[in-house]
Amino acid sequence: MAKPKIATTSLAGCFGCHMSLLDIDERILALAEIVDFDKSPLDDIKTFTGRCAVGLIEGGCAHEENVEVLRDFRKHCDVLISVGDCAISGGIPAMRNMVPLQECLQEAYVDGPSVHNPAGVPPNDPDIPLMLDKVYPAHEVVKIDYHLPGCPPPADMLWEALVALLNNKPLDLPYELVKYD
Amino acid sequence: MSEALVTAVKDICQAHECDRTRMMDVVQAVNDKYGYVSSEAMDLIAEQLSTHRVEVESVVSFYAFLSSKPKGKVVIRLCNDVIDRLQGADRVGQAFVEELGINFGETTPDGQLTLETTPCIGQSDQAPAVAINDVIIPNVSSDKAREIVRELRQHMDPARLVKQHGDGNNAHPLVGSMVHNNIRKRGDLLFTPINRGEAVRKALAMSPVEVIRAVKTARLRGRGGAGFPAGMKWEFTRGAPGDRKFVLCNADEGEPGTFKDRVLLTELPDRVFAGITIAGYAIGAEEGIVYLRSEYRYLIAFLESVLEQRRKDGLLGRNILGKEGFNFDIRIQMGAGAYICGEETALISSCEGLRGDPKNRPPFPAQKGYLDCPSVVNNVETLCCVTKILELGPASFNEFGSDRSSGTKLLSISGDCKQPGVYEMPLGVTLREVLEQCGGADAAAVQVGGASGQMVGPKDYDRKICFDDLATGGALMVFGPDRNILKVAHAFMEFFVEESCGYCTPCRVGNRLLMDRLEKIMAGLAEPADLDYLKELGQTVKTCSRCGLGQTSPNPILTTLENFRPVYEAMVKEETQGFQATFDLAQAVAEAEKIAGRTSVHAHA
Repeated sequence: MAKPKIATTSLAGCFGCHMSLLDIDERILALAEIVDFDKSPLDDIKTFTGRCAVGLIEGGCAHEENVEVLRDFRKHCDVLISVGDCAISGGIPAMRNMVPLQECLQEAYVDGPSVHNPAGVPPNDPDIPLMLDKVYPAHEVVKIDYHLPGCPPPADMLWEALVALLNNKPLDLPYELVKYD
Repeated sequence: MSEALVTAVKDICQAHECDRTRMMDVVQAVNDKYGYVSSEAMDLIAEQLSTHRVEVESVVSFYAFLSSKPKGKVVIRLCNDVIDRLQGADRVGQAFVEELGINFGETTPDGQLTLETTPCIGQSDQAPAVAINDVIIPNVSSDKAREIVRELRQHMDPARLVKQHGDGNNAHPLVGSMVHNNIRKRGDLLFTPINRGEAVRKALAMSPVEVIRAVKTARLRGRGGAGFPAGMKWEFTRGAPGDRKFVLCNADEGEPGTFKDRVLLTELPDRVFAGITIAGYAIGAEEGIVYLRSEYRYLIAFLESVLEQRRKDGLLGRNILGKEGFNFDIRIQMGAGAYICGEETALISSCEGLRGDPKNRPPFPAQKGYLDCPSVVNNVETLCCVTKILELGPASFNEFGSDRSSGTKLLSISGDCKQPGVYEMPLGVTLREVLEQCGGADAAAVQVGGASGQMVGPKDYDRKICFDDLATGGALMVFGPDRNILKVAHAFMEFFVEESCGYCTPCRVGNRLLMDRLEKIMAGLAEPADLDYLKELGQTVKTCSRCGLGQTSPNPILTTLENFRPVYEAMVKEETQGFQATFDLAQAVAEAEKIAGRTSVHAHA
């Protein structure tokens, strides 16, 4: 029987959650024994090659392409997991939700004290995805099956969650892995 | 800072002996004088009452009828309760907006008139109703609304808007109100002629313990809705250690759709005050407080005169009716527009001059209530029943009602029925009988117990109104076959979101999430799983909230979900791709498209 496949993506995130996944250290070898990685920045596969058992979502949706990728994940994955606070609540990028989009762009690309932009207008190449009016957490765009909180979630939490899921076992995380104070 | 303000605030504070527990009276007096409590006034009050400014500010900001910003000389408050809305309050509101040239929440540029909405003002049987300062105008139409504005512009005197007095004591010179009692059915207990002094005399002939035993024998249970045995409450308070004890009468009738206490206070204030006095005698208190909701302020001069008469007659004051050592008096504490203050511990907070935050229980008020002294808090109707028990004797009281619910119950009936008003019915009567009497037999749904109660349909019409079946504080809102049940539930949720005190998260956030999800369903964007979500979250809010508000606020949704499930099911459909129907990419990128001057490749695919 073919190994189940895992896909991962970082939307409006900082890749910190992916770093945390790499922090499972040598256990990544064990993981590679039981799963294949499909679309993911870890193996640089750009498009889905088939149906996946699990999709890990880092980051929320800040622009239209994030939405497209997330919907693509939903179509291809049996189980979708929001990993980390940006996917779950929008996180740091969502701080712009209090500010109108026009003002955000103006400050980031024109008026900001460290900005060097002789053109004086925000970049507008047709290849740049259009921003959304605000940053949306993943579960407001597609249905999400599980949420793993943390900034980032500890490597052990990600490991335990994947092992439980792939073995069809209930996930029983020790308190130490889900407390953040 | 003006000298005049300093003097005025000082005078007001000194009139209340600079007692910080009388903060409610102080800030209300300042608010009355100036139309708002300015920042300077808050500093002065804090200084005079030897407290922190934040204490003053927290009170001013908490209550709807107090303001930290200037308002018009006349404030028009349109009741936006669900019953009022069904009777056309929205059209009336539109007329006010057009005639005044301002929106709700705004003041006319000349600083004369302010327009606001307010939750149920206790006039659902004569809706839509509007409160203009303290003057209540019932049965307002859009034409009348325009007339009111035109007239106010001429004389700015709300009292002159009263054209025709209501029935009974509403026409009393000290009331002078257009409100109607609408007493549709007088039972054999409460709405009977009163022999002033009889009940207190009979009580004083007994020992306090015997009085409590009489109330227990009559099996009197609280009429506010919870149905706690009154005699037991009194016994606990009597037994609690402490020299100073209090009787608090809960006249903060804020549950939407309830107005029977208003009628009792208008027509039978002596029976209410007698009940308070008897309670004082029974538990060993010398002080009683009536916490009167701000919306009933038009009754205060009349109620004060009744109290004064009772003092003259020896029914209040020192050595009452010659009984050596029994001293008791009653004062009226005005509320300032907060539903939560109907909850007994929030009511106590408010009486103490604080925000109307509920307190943790235990300790219960019977042990530690007002000013940390043992206190009894009883509903207006409960105290009327006490008086009647003493007048008749407990055995006769017991003859009314059903097995475990003795006596009669006043029902406030409003909505789609021919004769809305107050009905005194024996406990144990079926809902069907009540609906037939009020001319609402074709009702598709009835909300029993006000906003926090339950919505039932025809299959439940043979159930009994009593403490062990359909328990209610008295509100029955009748909804005809054409009404949209989801809209009604939504109106109740809007009310709770507004009235949550915000102290605990399950209530502050949970009610909001419930309302959002209900809106998703009403917009046709929901899935069957959303119904499970509502049920689960509703249970969580009920279980985890700190006081009665959050413990009951999910009821409109939970009971409509249970009794009218097909209405919900017709609005949901399974989404097959796993996308959220509420997320609209085209709408989310619209702003960016405008800024960038190009169209999204994804949104319009």
